[in-house]
Amino acid sequence: MAQHGSETEFTLDTATELAVEEPANTIRGRSPWSLAWHRLRHNYVAFAALGLFIAIVAACALASVYATHVAGTGPNANHVLETVKVNGKPQSVVSAGGLINKHTGKLCSTDVSGCELVSSIPIGPTWFNAGGKFVLGADSNGRDIAVRLLYGGRNSLIVGIGSSAICVVVAVLLALIAGYFGGWIDFIITRFFDLFYAFPVILLGIALGSALAISGFHHFGITIESGSLWIPTLVISYVEVPYVGRPLRGQVLSLREKEFIEAAVAQGAGPFRIMFSELLPNVASSVLIFFTLIIANNIVLEAALSFLGAGVQPPTPSWGTLISDGQDLIVTRPWLALAPGIAIVLTVLSLNVFGDGLRDALDPRAKVKIEH
Amino acid sequence: MVAFLVRRLFGAVLVCVAVTFIVFLIFIVVPGGGANGTAERIAGKNATPQNVINIEKQWGFDKPFYVQYWRLVDKMFTNKLVSYTSQQKVLTQIWEGMPATFSLSIGAGIIFLFFGILVGVISAVTAGRLSDRVITVLALIGISMPVFWLGIIARYYLAEGGLTTFFPDGEYVSLSSNPTAWFSHLVLPWLVLAVLFIGFYGRVLRGNILDTINEDYVRTARAKGLSPRRILIKHVLRTSLIPVVTLFGLDFAQVVGGGAILTETVFDLHGVGEYAAQSINNFDLPPIIGVTMYGAFFIVIFSVIVDLFYAYLDPRIRPT
Repeated sequence: MAQHGSETEFTLDTATELAVEEPANTIRGRSPWSLAWHRLRHNYVAFAALGLFIAIVAACALASVYATHVAGTGPNANHVLETVKVNGKPQSVVSAGGLINKHTGKLCSTDVSGCELVSSIPIGPTWFNAGGKFVLGADSNGRDIAVRLLYGGRNSLIVGIGSSAICVVVAVLLALIAGYFGGWIDFIITRFFDLFYAFPVILLGIALGSALAISGFHHFGITIESGSLWIPTLVISYVEVPYVGRPLRGQVLSLREKEFIEAAVAQGAGPFRIMFSELLPNVASSVLIFFTLIIANNIVLEAALSFLGAGVQPPTPSWGTLISDGQDLIVTRPWLALAPGIAIVLTVLSLNVFGDGLRDALDPRAKVKIEH
Repeated sequence: MVAFLVRRLFGAVLVCVAVTFIVFLIFIVVPGGGANGTAERIAGKNATPQNVINIEKQWGFDKPFYVQYWRLVDKMFTNKLVSYTSQQKVLTQIWEGMPATFSLSIGAGIIFLFFGILVGVISAVTAGRLSDRVITVLALIGISMPVFWLGIIARYYLAEGGLTTFFPDGEYVSLSSNPTAWFSHLVLPWLVLAVLFIGFYGRVLRGNILDTINEDYVRTARAKGLSPRRILIKHVLRTSLIPVVTLFGLDFAQVVGGGAILTETVFDLHGVGEYAAQSINNFDLPPIIGVTMYGAFFIVIFSVIVDLFYAYLDPRIRPT
């Protein structure tokens, strides 16, 4: 700032001099994204969580490599009658069952109380003592659990991420249309959201999943077979749309009243340009946060639907169906249910932690919340 | 207030009608006719061709869609919806499952509201310290666990028949026949169902309290020299609890309306949810139709009650 006294001596030369003297680290204008990156960069917990998630995705993506080169089997291959060498000793993959002690998981000899009749007992975890075969044991059909876990993870992640992507795209479109046009269009879209709030999420998922699971979807020229992963993906994305769409619509509605929209209108921008190049960039950070958190949510929902039989259909593995399969053998072979559950918890936890970090960075005043 | 009541009730009736339409769309229109069509699905997996033809006639699948819709609604409200697999009336079965579902939901609701608030307050009061961090981590793990998996593991490690014998193993004992057994059989399911919500409410409340603490009126209260406890209870908690109470109303309705389905299934509680879950395994559609519709009705009615309760508590919400 030039002082009053020196105002008269201020010439073009002094101006250039002053410009040269300006310190090298001037304050540059920063975009909100670079500010957010600056905040996120020091959040090591969030990065660790992101790393964990990427590691899980990579492991599941490499399922077929593990299956062919380490375990030497496929996700649905049956090994009931085979034997496998554990530490050099042959052991059958699935042994005959009998009375099993509920507490120890061993065969009962005389004491009948606290024992339970089990039809067959698969091999337990071999922990690489069998040359990479049956690392986490087998299920009662003699299928390698570690292989199924990776393939199941792949399916769970495909359904989780795919449904989130579809859900977020649809929700953003609806929110932009409702928020921009207002009036009766807004009325219809919000009533549509409200209507789906009336159904418990899981029940609506079950209703759609079980209605479609038996013979698939054959309408409007679209044919989806009953065992397809598209069914759980579409069902879950459909069910979650209101939960993302409603808060986004609120944001769009308040942005709609801002001056920059008025300016865009004055410049002669049409609805399409206002929606996608004025409004959308302003809700982009919320959309990103929602996307991360809704993936976590949808992976759990997929697991729940598959567990109940209304999601991914057997024999296709997914973390939910694996838990459902393992439930019956929990006493003798707890790893069958433990392993997929731990996989879900780690995946969902990593996404939740990263999503929180992302929210702290992009939206420090926490406007975005997923409710349910 | 009367006008508000009438309008709210009218809206609720409209939503209920819309719900019946959606159920009709999901179960009757989407599967369509022909081989493996709606009639065959409703008949269940062990149906004979004659059964299918009978159902087609009864449900009016050879008639226009409004007749089909009307028959469905008629069946729903006159207890004529029958499971063709078990030959039992759906409404009667749902009615019989109610005590277990309500016992589970109400107990879990009390637990998660109480502990959610407790956890949120402790975490906000000690924000940044060790206890806050431990609670934050535990809450995150809590909301990341699938409830059915937690249930299976808890049942295996804690309930009789598994590794230890702290709790009896699953099943529902009615309150009237044996109150102590009712309680002991429900403790584990209550806790399992509550874990997710405790984590969630704790996080929401912590955020709300930390926002409210910076408000001017809290500073004024502090400047007046009020004790921290009084400020927390009288000034901060009052405001920050409002969103939590709103959430509680919605969540509780969701849990009763079918959200408890997983917990009921895992612990074998013979509630409405388990009835629906078993029907899925048998490809038995009428019970799922019934549970979906009644679950949604319950939520709609419950949300009206919650709204009226709010309007009574807070005059600002009362519109004219």
